[in-house]
Amino acid sequence: MFSLGLTGLLVRRDLIFVLMSLEVMLNAAGLAFVVAGSRWQQADGQIVFLFILAMAAAEVSVGLALVLQLYHQFKSLDVDAMSEMRG
Amino acid sequence: MEVAFYIAGAVAIIATGLMLRDWNVVHALLCLIVSLLAVAIVFYVIGAPFVAALEVIIYAGAIMVLFVFVVMLLNLGDSAVAMEKEWLTPRSWTGPAVLAGVLLCEVAYLVVRGTEAHIGMGMVTPKQVGMMLFGPYLIGVELASMLLLAGLVGAYHLGVRTTHIVEMRHARDTDTRRVTPSGGLVLAGTDRPPRTP
Repeated sequence: MFSLGLTGLLVRRDLIFVLMSLEVMLNAAGLAFVVAGSRWQQADGQIVFLFILAMAAAEVSVGLALVLQLYHQFKSLDVDAMSEMRG
Repeated sequence: MEVAFYIAGAVAIIATGLMLRDWNVVHALLCLIVSLLAVAIVFYVIGAPFVAALEVIIYAGAIMVLFVFVVMLLNLGDSAVAMEKEWLTPRSWTGPAVLAGVLLCEVAYLVVRGTEAHIGMGMVTPKQVGMMLFGPYLIGVELASMLLLAGLVGAYHLGVRTTHIVEMRHARDTDTRRVTPSGGLVLAGTDRPPRTP
């Protein structure tokens, strides 16, 4: 699942799809943590999953706000259209 | 119970593949939600019911609602009605519907089966998680709260700047005054009173 998310991140050029692929990758990492915690009977895996969950929520909120603003600026969700961004 | 585990895992992977293959954002969101629900069932089967509930509530609930709202905000167009007629073909919803049906059968089976419905390694109860979370990991909880606060402030800041840019564009491009949704009056173009030094 992590490799699927990574593939999506590399293949798609749409910002929404990039964010969704990031979600899939975080979810796969959390799944690995919980499975490991269940294997060795520790609660640590689930706690790390909770932290991943909080981080994903914060990241998605900021990312979607950025997507909205970039859409208003560029009228497009193509990542390549924003490659002229310079400081 | 390993059958349920493998079925849910296969459903998750298939739904994620469907999500990547689909060119439509809303269809991809549907597949992603099915994938998250399948992962939640995997969590339940391997003996982590607390995390399974959190997965459904926060991922499939809150974060997906955010995605849906942003898609709605972006897709405002005249062709929306025609697009919707085009989207409601059976081909578009059979895949996620079949996968969700498989998941529903699995949930029903697990509920009928009862409490010992997890794979043999034993379960980690919510009580254990809570004791660990507010014991050795207390500093992590504080850091997560700081991160969430930063996310909140950042999202608010970006949203406010977006509306400000829209207002500036309106003031630059048109000559009429209008009332903003928040009740303020925007003076624009020639309608604006002359500036006094």
